[in-house]
Amino acid sequence: MRTTTILATVLLIANGASAFAASEADYKAAYAAAEAANTEAGSLRNQWTTTAATLAAAKKAADAGDFDTAVTRAKEAEALAKASVFQATSEKERWKDLEIR
Amino acid sequence: MTRRLPVHVATAALALGVLALAPSAHAADKVDPAADKAAFQNYFTTKFPKLKLEDFVNGPYSMNEDLHKQWQEKEEFPPYEFSLEAGKEMFSKPFKNGKSYADCFPNKGIGVRQNYPYFDEKEGKVITLELALNRCREANGEAPLSYVKDDMAALTAYMAFTSRGKPMDIKIPNDPRALEAYRKGKEYFYTRRGQLNFSCATCHVQSPGERIRAEVLAPALGILNAMPIYRSEWSGMGTTSRRFTTCNSQTRAVPLNPQDDEYRNLEYYLSYVSNGLPISGPGARP
Repeated sequence: MRTTTILATVLLIANGASAFAASEADYKAAYAAAEAANTEAGSLRNQWTTTAATLAAAKKAADAGDFDTAVTRAKEAEALAKASVFQATSEKERWKDLEIR
Repeated sequence: MTRRLPVHVATAALALGVLALAPSAHAADKVDPAADKAAFQNYFTTKFPKLKLEDFVNGPYSMNEDLHKQWQEKEEFPPYEFSLEAGKEMFSKPFKNGKSYADCFPNKGIGVRQNYPYFDEKEGKVITLELALNRCREANGEAPLSYVKDDMAALTAYMAFTSRGKPMDIKIPNDPRALEAYRKGKEYFYTRRGQLNFSCATCHVQSPGERIRAEVLAPALGILNAMPIYRSEWSGMGTTSRRFTTCNSQTRAVPLNPQDDEYRNLEYYLSYVSNGLPISGPGARP
């Protein structure tokens, strides 16, 4: 019985830890990081439509007060933006591999 | 023998030095438009040995017999005809100041499509037909037209029609800026972009004749000779600007603004490598 109670308590704590709600500050930090990466992609003339759409989804969730979703979306947007920066940088030389010669 | 050793060492060092200074093996590092054009046309004629060079301007309709029959039937009542009529009317109608488009172009704008885009040595940039039309309007006190909508498509349709059958004839002057614009256009053409990681070449060099969903991909050779086009998918006419921006969106890349330098350079490159193929615009596409 005692073991069961301890186990239940541990599970509750574990669940509780993952259920800590993201704050508006978390969202703002995540969104700013994503926006910075997307601005860098813009300076390389290589933004992706999916980054813009995911940033918009993050903002929409934040406007609705759902900061968990907002942070998740902002982090996705940052990953997409960073991938587009990587693509633009690596393509500076790699495009030559496709050239008809 | 011992006397020869320093000679061998010096020769080897010299050879290594020469190798180190030698340009990389990439053809892209040298700008040689004539060699590019020959290789480009050879690639497509080798890939599709049954096609005549001039057939490539029919895009996907050149890729198999069934599609070719569809094209022949379409040409009996071409869907771009209404646009052609509208373009002819617009072209002939004087601006408010009494001048007209004819005053802005060589040969009054008739039969000149094959010379666009050209490199303007005064400005140091590529000038496309769409850009020249809008500059003509602005110089005569008229508002510029949207680069992606019907009026621009109609005007370019009419001008293309007056050049039908004339071989594309793009010049690259002996000016380092022109060569750089051409090189940048080539770089844009082969650069992968968008979340789908596609370049223009992914579809139009590596996969012409293949299907992407329901569409048959057109070969890059001669692809601009048919512009502007009526596309069944768009249920309307589309300009070269519309074609470029739409291609970008389809690969999930944010399109640039129509007539940004990148698109002008791309049009310069793609038109040059299709030199010699006839103008067939306006065209119709699935």
